[in-house]
Amino acid sequence: MTNQTHSEETTTGLSHNKLGMWVFLGSECLLFGALISTYLLYRGRFADGPAPGDIFDIPFTSVSSFVLLMSSLTMVLALSALQRGDERNNRLWLLTTALLGAVFVGGQVYEFTTFLREGLGYTTSPFSSAFFTLTGFHGVHVSLGVIFLMSLYVSSARGNLHKERAETVELIGLYWHFVDIVWIFIFTVIYLVPSPTS
Amino acid sequence: MTQTMEPSSMETSNGENSHRPLGVYTRPKGGSGWRDWVTTVDHKKIGILYGAAALLFFVIGGIEALLIRLQLATPDGTVLGADTYNQIYTMHGVTMIFLAAMPLAAAFANYLIPLQIGARDVAFPRLNAMSFWVFLAGGIFINLSWLLGGAPDGGWFAYSPNTGIVFSPSHGMDFYAIGLQITGIASLVSGINLTVTIFNMRAPGMTLFKMPVFTWMMLVVQLLLVFAMPVIAVALFLLTFSRLFGATFFTPELGGDPLLWQHLFWIFGHPEVYILVLPAFGIISEVIPTFSRKPIFGYPFMVFSGIAIGFMGWGVWAHHMFASGIGPVSVAAFSLSTMFIAVPTGVKILNWMATMWGGRIKFSAAMLFAFGVVSMFTIGGLSGVTHSIAPADTQQTDTYYIVAHFHYVIFGGIIFGLFSGFFFWWPKVFGHKLSEKMGKLNFWVMLIGFNLTFGPMHILGLQGMSRRIDTYSPGFGFEAWNLVVTIGSFIIALSVLIFLINVITSARNARGLPPIGPDPWDARSLEWITPNPTPAHNFDEIPIVESLDEFWHRKYGSDEDGKVVRVASAEDVCQDGSAEGVHLPSPSYWPLVFAIGLPFIGLGLIYSLWFCVFGGALALMGLYAWVFEPVDDPDVDHHEPQKEDASD
Repeated sequence: MTNQTHSEETTTGLSHNKLGMWVFLGSECLLFGALISTYLLYRGRFADGPAPGDIFDIPFTSVSSFVLLMSSLTMVLALSALQRGDERNNRLWLLTTALLGAVFVGGQVYEFTTFLREGLGYTTSPFSSAFFTLTGFHGVHVSLGVIFLMSLYVSSARGNLHKERAETVELIGLYWHFVDIVWIFIFTVIYLVPSPTS
Repeated sequence: MTQTMEPSSMETSNGENSHRPLGVYTRPKGGSGWRDWVTTVDHKKIGILYGAAALLFFVIGGIEALLIRLQLATPDGTVLGADTYNQIYTMHGVTMIFLAAMPLAAAFANYLIPLQIGARDVAFPRLNAMSFWVFLAGGIFINLSWLLGGAPDGGWFAYSPNTGIVFSPSHGMDFYAIGLQITGIASLVSGINLTVTIFNMRAPGMTLFKMPVFTWMMLVVQLLLVFAMPVIAVALFLLTFSRLFGATFFTPELGGDPLLWQHLFWIFGHPEVYILVLPAFGIISEVIPTFSRKPIFGYPFMVFSGIAIGFMGWGVWAHHMFASGIGPVSVAAFSLSTMFIAVPTGVKILNWMATMWGGRIKFSAAMLFAFGVVSMFTIGGLSGVTHSIAPADTQQTDTYYIVAHFHYVIFGGIIFGLFSGFFFWWPKVFGHKLSEKMGKLNFWVMLIGFNLTFGPMHILGLQGMSRRIDTYSPGFGFEAWNLVVTIGSFIIALSVLIFLINVITSARNARGLPPIGPDPWDARSLEWITPNPTPAHNFDEIPIVESLDEFWHRKYGSDEDGKVVRVASAEDVCQDGSAEGVHLPSPSYWPLVFAIGLPFIGLGLIYSLWFCVFGGALALMGLYAWVFEPVDDPDVDHHEPQKEDASD
């Protein structure tokens, strides 16, 4: 999505890049939909391994979820700063967003290692495979988002990200908000819906 | 609507540009020969590449089919062993669906969509090139398995747990899962690209309901791709992780459910059926009006039935699973939805026939193949309705009756449709017609061979012959029909051979002659306003669209009595391709570099992570170089204004 199309007139009035991003996010819905369905099917099938109800640390994950959701706010602030032409604040909020995202991923790594110590490996049960695959895919999405945000930050630091290219930030923002919204679904399905215990 | 790109080197006399691009990465300048082809981002060349690669895979898949038929020609066949047979029929299905039919449709989509909507290229030209190279890389990757210990052997829909390590110990299914993941990336990216193209790059005046039916059907296909590919991606991820990392998704003793695979696969798989067939519907919706010399009957119905098929295609997947014990409520619901989806398809068939009704039909080769679609697809549709009746389906499941049904749909519907498109648009692409005489021969040989091959399969299936068996014993009454089927399959091969010879001899006969000139068929839609073959910049001047069948309405008007009269000659209406200095996207190496990286990542997952490192580095380099490639047009503010002479 790197074509410089901002100056073109399009039929819908949306730029190619933005329309393309929306279509891509529509496609992503089905990706996570299929993964969430897989998890729903397998949440009760933990074989001899730990059950979801025994192992989840809901307060911990709630805090890291809060961190991720707050990063959507900072993302909005970053975009609005650049749209005003305030490049310094744009960089500040981009960096904050990336940091919050990294904290979330760090929390996920911590959670995974804890689970692993408690006997929930990737191959333990269909539940464990589905859990790690779903949250892992989400984690990869967040990590990619962090890389995008850092690329924007570097680009801005080198003086290449001005008001005219605010749409690039907006597109990364769309992706970022999408990843957050998906997490609301995943968090609800995995952690908030009462889980089976052994 | 112009691309903000540098002048196409094809349009300048010396093929070089004077400006120095910014940044470390210079962009290739087009040049000539193979370098032009591997760096091209021109939607027309990418369309031709898609077509050529897909035809190659079509021939490979056809040879696999002939091997199957040689094995089954007589009872107790000994041509192939059981293990090889499993690999051959699996690869026949995979090749024909993912590497032949889908990319052939992509060839038409790439070439025609920008021309039909009045655009100079697709929305993301480099992504378009990437789609092609990634598809080719995936296709080669899957076929590498032949050399690396055995091809996939679990059937094209790869039912679990047959595809687990226990029952499929070779690496074949790994190649299947990763290879289709790679081609899936190509389909998804291409789907997004063409969706944006159709929504965003239409010529002034071309509202959605002035778009040709082909473009409409392709829009539905692209949206189906966008939403179906992620589902198969998840299914393939689950399979890959199960096989390579020991995940337990499909391990029944731990509670894994093999039915999950079937659901995920068919939620993708049924929309996939329409991904395959709607392009053919679109093609013949252009061919039939042209050769009946009438506008398409009920244009809005054609469009809305296509949309309806696109939606309803998501609600019928479990009719592939009636025999798997999904319960009476599900079976009843999916029976009903399957019966309902026959309705929009029936609407289309009725409209094609009503288009022909009272028309002055010209029996060209393209039209004959379109007849083939309407008649043969209808037979396949009718046998499909018999599957929607669940008790009957339980009898038919996994027999040759099913094989007969889906070949009538896929070969009778899609392959005939694609051939119709070849004959119709060949002069658009190459500037000369294919021989009509050989084309008609081609049609009749193919029609006869097709019916001899797949007609008797209905009978074999109802007699109880299972599909996927590598041999059968004498005495069940299978012998005679199987021999007929095998003979028929070789007649099909002959018809394909006739086509290939036609391609070569027609090109040879046209050598040295001037291009065919404008409007060889008295056609209707916008792509024929451009000269044949299409120049690199497509339109000298982007046309202003006023009506459906814009091109036809520029040629014909009506007199006082309301009779249709010719008002302008094709030479007056068509552009002559003389525009200069049109800004086109510059070529790029990086889509190819990125695509080459992917199969190495796949090999790395299967064999050694070192391949992953290499492939990953290559893909990453491709992506970064892509991003940092110099902005296409550094002097974007001073480019030469587009010349506004051209036609009329």
